[in-house]
Amino acid sequence: MIIEKLIFYVFSALLIGSATMVIVSRHSVRAAFFLIVSFCASAVLWMLLEAEFLALLLIFVYVGAVMTLFMFVVMMLNLDKEAVQEKFVRYLPFAVVIIALMVAVLVFAVKPSHLGDLGHAMSTHQAADYSNTKVLGMLLYTHYVYAFELAAVILLIAIVASIGLTHREKANNKRQRIASQLAARKEDRLEIISGMGENE
Amino acid sequence: MTHLLISLLWIVLKVLLIALPLLGAVAYMTLAERKILAYAHVRIGPNRVGLFGLLQPLADGMKLFFKEVIMPTKANPVIFILAPIVSFATAAAAWAVIPFNPGWVLANVNASLLYVLALTSLGVYGILMAGWSSNSKYALLGAMRSAAQVVSYEIAMGFALVGVLMAADSTNLQDIVLHQQGGFWHWYWLPLLPLFIVYWISGVAETNRAPFDMAEGEAEIVAGFHVEYSGMSFAIFFLAEYANMILISALASVLFLGGWLSPFEGIPFLGPLFAFVPGILWFFAKMAFFLFLYVWLRATFPRYRYDQIMHLGWKVLIPVTIVWIVIEGLLIELKVAPWFS
Repeated sequence: MIIEKLIFYVFSALLIGSATMVIVSRHSVRAAFFLIVSFCASAVLWMLLEAEFLALLLIFVYVGAVMTLFMFVVMMLNLDKEAVQEKFVRYLPFAVVIIALMVAVLVFAVKPSHLGDLGHAMSTHQAADYSNTKVLGMLLYTHYVYAFELAAVILLIAIVASIGLTHREKANNKRQRIASQLAARKEDRLEIISGMGENE
Repeated sequence: MTHLLISLLWIVLKVLLIALPLLGAVAYMTLAERKILAYAHVRIGPNRVGLFGLLQPLADGMKLFFKEVIMPTKANPVIFILAPIVSFATAAAAWAVIPFNPGWVLANVNASLLYVLALTSLGVYGILMAGWSSNSKYALLGAMRSAAQVVSYEIAMGFALVGVLMAADSTNLQDIVLHQQGGFWHWYWLPLLPLFIVYWISGVAETNRAPFDMAEGEAEIVAGFHVEYSGMSFAIFFLAEYANMILISALASVLFLGGWLSPFEGIPFLGPLFAFVPGILWFFAKMAFFLFLYVWLRATFPRYRYDQIMHLGWKVLIPVTIVWIVIEGLLIELKVAPWFS
């Protein structure tokens, strides 16, 4: 129990620290690295709640795929960080209003009463044969099946739309056409000129 | 408290039992690769250090250990040092859930398949960090290529694993092996043959090995992401690459070739004849087969071009997996014997 608490506090501190560094860091690549650290720390916290499926999915999807693409873009752009951040101070009053609004919404919407007994006590342990994956699957495919399918369709639309928006066939496209390459026969490429080398 | 300490000591002991043979396997994998490649090229290969060159890995290790570690000026020192560590740590940590024999597993967790998938997807960060922190054009190019490649092939690999967990009805690697009981024809390589092939191809791509070694591509971008690394820091990258190769081989054996199960199980005469062979030897034999396949592929195929890699990953492997998952669903629904009955 002590070890669990220790893990909880260490990784909570790590999560808060790295999340702060994400917004404080003056370098975009470093900020992205801190975001990865905060994802990993929150995955550990979920693991403590015995939500191993969600925790591993967070690492697999967000750290493994989304953040990789994110890093890809950030590294490629190589932003001039000083120039970008100089102007940010101008928006400070506006930002303060937004932050105040968001904090107010959080305070009113997420009262301790909403969290039930989860708010204070450490979570109780499940039985050894408890499988978070199975429980989650049961819930998603029975109770929330419509919401789940709806989310899937929305994601599909987003995929199709983004491909449709970005994929333009250029006139001078140099893409390899493997099917036509494989369909090529000897007669198409090779011409045997007769009459050469007859008089040896 | 003493109880806790003793269990901790046991865990450390088990970790050493896995990690030390792994390092030995990595060392001798490098020698095996050079020997097999040499024979494929009709050469002899390293044969000077020790009997048949058997001490060559030690000599290489010594050489790398005593070389100077150079850090480029304007490199980011923290990330530059962290990159090889991340590479090797993710490659080593995944071994925690690999079952070697019934019950011989460091951590028998429910979601071990997901855990392995998560850790192999983390491995790309070592490469990305190395490429970016080196402050070098070639290194950055190598890292970019690697990131694009790993993200693309991870999807195909994930779908192949979805097929496995559908068949085994479990994400626990030990349960997946136990579900394949019944000899050579009961292993998942047969009902999931397309997924097996896709898994293997994307496994090779994920470890950045030839013919998918675009991230290194010594003919195009010198050595890619680790061009600025020397001495021990380079050696760690090397270790990570080989540890990952062995890991992918172990996973392929567990998921598709029945892990520690004997291929002759249930066969009248051969079954009892080979019953004395311990399971772990079968497991090692299967791993050795896949490791040989790695080197064989390297000796056989020329390197893919970037657009060809993307074409293969997105337009060939992913559609194949999706189609086969649907077919597999039908097979399971119809309870096709002997795999899904």
